[in-house]
Amino acid sequence: MPKDSNVGASPKRREDIRFLTGRGKYTDDIQIAGQAHAVFVRSQVAHGAIRSIDTSAAKDMPGVLAIFTGADFADVGGNPAGWLINSRDGTPMKEPKRPVLAHGKVRHVGDAYAAVIAETADQARDAAEAIVADIEELPAVVNMAQALSGSTYVHDEIGTNQCFDWGWIEDNRAATDAAIKGAAHVTTLDLVNNRLVPNAMEPRASTGDYDPGTGEYTLHTTSQNPHLTRLLIAAFVLGIPENKLRVIAPDVGGGFGSKIYHYGEEALVLAAARRLGRPVRWTASRSESFLTDAHGRDHVTRIELATDKDGHFLAFRTETMANVGAYLSNFATVTPTFLHGTLMAGNYTVPHVYVNVKAVFTNTAPVDAYRGAGRPEATFSLERVIDKCARELGIDPIELRRRNFVKPDQYPFTSAAGLQYDSGNYDALMDKLEELADRNGFAARRSASEAKGLLRGFGVNSYIEACGIAPSNLVGILGARVGLYDAATVRVNATGSLAVMVGAHSHGQGHETVFPQIVADMLGIDPASIEIVHGDTARIPFGMGTYGSRSLAVCGSAVVRATEKIIAKGKKIAAHMLEAAEGDIEFAEGRFGVAGTDKGVSFGEVAFKAYVPHNFPHEALEPGLEETAFYDPANFTYPSGAYACEVEVDPETGKVTIDRFVAVDDFGNVMNPMVVTGQVHGGLGQGIGQALLENTTYDANGQLITASYMDYAMPRADDLPFYTVDHSCVTPCTHNPLGVKGCGEAGAIGSPPTIVNAVIDALQSGGKPVTHIDMPLSPARVWAAMNA
Amino acid sequence: MTQVSMTVNGKAVSGVVEGRTLLVDFLRGNLRLTGTHVGCDTSQCGACVVHVDGRAVKACTMFALEAEGAQVRTIEGMANADGSLGVIQQAFQDHHGLQCGFCTPGMVMSAAALLKDNPRPTEAEVRAHLEGNICRCTGYHNIVKAIMAASGQDVAAIAAE
Ligand code: FES
Ligand code: FES
Repeated sequence: MPKDSNVGASPKRREDIRFLTGRGKYTDDIQIAGQAHAVFVRSQVAHGAIRSIDTSAAKDMPGVLAIFTGADFADVGGNPAGWLINSRDGTPMKEPKRPVLAHGKVRHVGDAYAAVIAETADQARDAAEAIVADIEELPAVVNMAQALSGSTYVHDEIGTNQCFDWGWIEDNRAATDAAIKGAAHVTTLDLVNNRLVPNAMEPRASTGDYDPGTGEYTLHTTSQNPHLTRLLIAAFVLGIPENKLRVIAPDVGGGFGSKIYHYGEEALVLAAARRLGRPVRWTASRSESFLTDAHGRDHVTRIELATDKDGHFLAFRTETMANVGAYLSNFATVTPTFLHGTLMAGNYTVPHVYVNVKAVFTNTAPVDAYRGAGRPEATFSLERVIDKCARELGIDPIELRRRNFVKPDQYPFTSAAGLQYDSGNYDALMDKLEELADRNGFAARRSASEAKGLLRGFGVNSYIEACGIAPSNLVGILGARVGLYDAATVRVNATGSLAVMVGAHSHGQGHETVFPQIVADMLGIDPASIEIVHGDTARIPFGMGTYGSRSLAVCGSAVVRATEKIIAKGKKIAAHMLEAAEGDIEFAEGRFGVAGTDKGVSFGEVAFKAYVPHNFPHEALEPGLEETAFYDPANFTYPSGAYACEVEVDPETGKVTIDRFVAVDDFGNVMNPMVVTGQVHGGLGQGIGQALLENTTYDANGQLITASYMDYAMPRADDLPFYTVDHSCVTPCTHNPLGVKGCGEAGAIGSPPTIVNAVIDALQSGGKPVTHIDMPLSPARVWAAMNA
Repeated sequence: MTQVSMTVNGKAVSGVVEGRTLLVDFLRGNLRLTGTHVGCDTSQCGACVVHVDGRAVKACTMFALEAEGAQVRTIEGMANADGSLGVIQQAFQDHHGLQCGFCTPGMVMSAAALLKDNPRPTEAEVRAHLEGNICRCTGYHNIVKAIMAASGQDVAAIAAE
């Protein structure tokens, strides 16, 4: 058993103390002397031409300091897309400018076209209401199919609503088509991956500050990746030197993707701070969050699965329309393409895969990565069509999957969608699942449900995802405009305590507890002596932040590399102290010793000597003990899992109740089981929310119907069950030093198809010929499907 | 602008507010007690729950002036006198009942109100009581578990480490 605090143990989270006592410091909690308040004026219509904006009444209202409109930012840059996607014909995607404030046209409800800065937030709000804008409403483009065929364009200058028409892998298309044509059996499924609002509980907030003495800007903001935000604002939007912009993301109340991106409000508060010479703050209302946070999913898909007569998979062919909303958010173009298409071979040895994705502009909020980002969409399509196929062929759904699994002796395995899976054991996961889900007891439970007049269904799925985003070499070839490494600095103080500066950002993931476990283990010291520093571009070396289940796999690896450098430097110092050859120094359990002797010095003594180097050989041995490492992964990591759930469906009402849910995951090595389990729970909550409750609805005019917690069904405690979570099936990642794969998104990826499969099983057991229902499986939808 | 006085976490406080100033804004802005959070504008998320005269109240649904003379307790007043975590707070830490921490103050305050009225709630009662508190991070499993543990019940049988 691991010691209480070491890797593999579950020490309590140290960050909890401040959160539990009300002493967290979120962006809106931080007040800066002299601060003014910004309020944004947002479009009420989905699509409109801005004829004029009259600010004359507003600017004389009490407390008003400044008013900005799109014209103020006409000369600065746009917020760019981070990934270039080329269409099948080789042409680059369409990239219309995304301005700080809308100029010329408004393109979705909530699109900001003006901002008021005033002494108080209430004064700013009052003045915002006095701004009179003449906006000529234009027909709204909402439905994706209509967007592609119609002649109303979200961006007139590009003359189409299609951002790109992408094929993966284009060279595989003909072979895939041929395999489907010649197959003994083809299962076809049309489905919608419902649009979701991420809904981190902390609304976005930003405070800009400018110091005229030094010319430095400071931005406090709700970000998952402060360095990326700095880069986007500095290099692309405002054109200020990176070294003059400090971005601080303090405690952040959840992100789930929505806080990866740079948003216009961040640039506005900085520009306003500079103009006014005062700090300017803004905090979104929840309504603004619904209208303007990047949404997730929103795919319309047809998937076909070809098999031979025994159910061996021959080909998957997918056609998807992916909504990108009114503007390209930073990762909007990679999410439906490489994070989706490359996973379309799933856990299977299928020889042919082809994916076509058309990305579509609409007059809706931008859509981007949300927990899972592309991989939930891939898994849902695959695992639903496989389930349908199993029913058509009369093969048990678990057996059908097992028949096509990549087997443990096939790694490294190059999938038909082009990824190289390094490790896994899908049969072992399925074995564990069948045990924990007590599949053998299902028949008796079904009878018991039927006796109560309820239909019981069993649903299963297996998934694989690509995490640890991402090898810069590979993503560069695929169109990424950034590298996706991470960085860490380990600073050993003279008295032996440590500060570890990490590029990952913790907004619930527990880095402040888990990273010290790793460093303490390597150095043989007390984790309590290690402080984690994150979320401040002035205090950490560099970092690409936290998303794509990358913190441990990428930044954790950088932490390991930097700590290894500390040990190497420590050996040099110890060799000097012990008058031994450096090659004879061994380090174990916090002690540097001379091999084959009992001579040694402690880590603390070496640290002290590093800073009090009275007799160091000049030039040969540098004082200090601080090391930085950048880590660029060699490959993605490939977590996988098998999930099962049982539902009861009330045939009278269509209400679905989850009776039990089992998640069995292979995350590679597990550093802190408590935190990993918590991550799975959270993902399950969101995935179950997608499957049963959540939907984002725009009406035909582009009005967001589900813009508050009264209309958007967030999962509450009484909607969800206790979960059974297991991560004992471990195949370590083969290419990173910790052997870890990433656990943050799994629950949200694996759960939606599991639930839909279970509901279909329940309905068919009741003699209802229902083969698919689009999520969310609300009582109304289930009842309608049963009674169609 | 009107003067308002109340007792917050045992301390007499006062301030000058507008009629429209919400209790939550008075606590956060005037008193700098920023542990009470704002997560919505429709009184549904529960991030703002405090106790007013012993009852759990959403501080975003009450004007500061309505709390004139009241006894208010916020998350900052929930620790033991020696500064150690109170029973519910400690159970949340022990059972990993929080991740980002944003919903947490409201959850703790709601849980305290529940356990005052119902010292040994069932799982179903805990879940029903949390109807007005939204958490996006935890999937609720460990929150429910923490509250049941705080009530002195054995939660070892509930799955998970
Ligand atoms: S802020 Fe009070 S309920 Fe959401
Ligand atoms: S812990 Fe993040 S919302 Fe509950």
